[in-house]
Amino acid sequence: MLDIKNLSIEFTGRNAAEAVHGIDLHMEEGETLGIVGESGSGKTVTALSLAGLLRGDVRISGEINFRGRDLLKLSPSELRQVQGKEIGMIFQEPMTSLNPLMRVGEQIEEVLRIHSDVPAKRRKELALELMGKVGLPDPELIYKKYPHQLSGGQRQRAMIASAVIIDPKLLIADEPTTALDVTVQTQIIQLLKRVNKNRGVGILFISHDLNVVRKLCSRVAVMHKGVIVEQGPTEQIFNNPQEEYTKKLIAAIPKREKRKD
Amino acid sequence: MKKRRNYNLIFGCAITAFMIALIVLGFFWTPYSPTAMDASARSDGPSLQHILGTDNFGRDIFSRVLEGAGTTLIIAASTVAIGLVLGIFIGAFTGYYGGWVDEVLMRISDVITAFPSVLMAMVLISLLGTGKYNIIIALSILFIPSFARVVRSEFAKQKQLDYVRAAKLMGANDLRIMFVHILPNVIPVLLSAVAIGFNNAVLAEASMSFLGIGVQPPDPSLGRMLSESQSFLSDAPWYPLSSGITIVLLILGFGLISDGLGGGKGDA
Repeated sequence: MLDIKNLSIEFTGRNAAEAVHGIDLHMEEGETLGIVGESGSGKTVTALSLAGLLRGDVRISGEINFRGRDLLKLSPSELRQVQGKEIGMIFQEPMTSLNPLMRVGEQIEEVLRIHSDVPAKRRKELALELMGKVGLPDPELIYKKYPHQLSGGQRQRAMIASAVIIDPKLLIADEPTTALDVTVQTQIIQLLKRVNKNRGVGILFISHDLNVVRKLCSRVAVMHKGVIVEQGPTEQIFNNPQEEYTKKLIAAIPKREKRKD
Repeated sequence: MKKRRNYNLIFGCAITAFMIALIVLGFFWTPYSPTAMDASARSDGPSLQHILGTDNFGRDIFSRVLEGAGTTLIIAASTVAIGLVLGIFIGAFTGYYGGWVDEVLMRISDVITAFPSVLMAMVLISLLGTGKYNIIIALSILFIPSFARVVRSEFAKQKQLDYVRAAKLMGANDLRIMFVHILPNVIPVLLSAVAIGFNNAVLAEASMSFLGIGVQPPDPSLGRMLSESQSFLSDAPWYPLSSGITIVLLILGFGLISDGLGGGKGDA
């Protein structure tokens, strides 16, 4: 479904730097792929380039083949079509990823409003139904609320609902659990798993948290300084890392220690 | 935390409401015709017949103040409305897209703001000619930059936020992102800019009319009444006082409102 070939991303403006050099990534329909790496490894930039959100002083080369089309060659309006319908994205900070002055329900419906001719009444039904499915309590009530009236976890759920309501093929999740506390983190991971299974949405999950990635993803790619140093099935990477950097990352996971006495 | 009463906003609204009520009343009814002269009652002090007295032609000052304040208010409101709409468009596009168009428009607005506004207005008026509508045009042009700047900086800030990225990814086109998604988030900041703009517009109209390049006779205007009354400062002090105090009240009302809105933002 997604086939990235030799993707390089270079910032050309005042702070010129190459963020990603020549990476290859492959994703099957409905697969869950994790990209892990430390801050500045280029993982978020990669995600943004997939979503077509890198604009301005930036040079992108290579190919991003998504369901038979090279996203980098599409015109902006063609890209909008693909993006809205087939790619969804959720962000790290649920405080800022929802429009503070738009009712939650309206935001969840927004994609439908733009990309489909589903009538308003049906849109609302779909939104309410999905809100229930993503675990928002009392959808009728939350539909009318503004983002600041929701908790962080609820906002992230609303964000997920707005990203998957049109049944995209790919959901890009850029550190969606980092800003949440641990119990909520687990719930959101469970929710993403369900979304993946029930709706067949492929998830590209970006995180620096190896534990979270391990829980969710079937395959992992490890990024370091703009290149992918290692990729493969999650368990294989965790149990038998080949690269020095991967070993270091895994060694850095805090472990439960046994008491000595 | 105990919420402090926003007295600025309360008093500002009260004063403004009072003034606007008077002005609206003046549109429909004035005690005397504002232009009717009464030779038997020249420069009379305040009395029961003429509550603010009469001027040197025997015209009722209260009626003229009502009518004049109405003219001033209409000019100020149209100026702010036109400046605001154009300012929002220019600010939205420059802030959202950036690039060289942004640079060029912002430098133009630097040029406009660099001149003292009354001077700039005089230049425009000498090109356009005097009269109510030309003042509105001249002042609107002067007011565009102040709104455009506020909108532009807010747009530049908001477009970086994830909700805008999310909207973009959803396939919303640029116009929808600008006016459906971002604009409502800019309104709180705009509100106090509008109140300040109103203030400046009232002042600018008054000073231009005072200088004789604003509203022309026979339309009454607060600024012109103030300038006419200068010669009667000692004989008929109620004349300059009533037009002066009206201007002060109008400005004070809007000033307090804009203060109140600005102060309210912090603890919201």
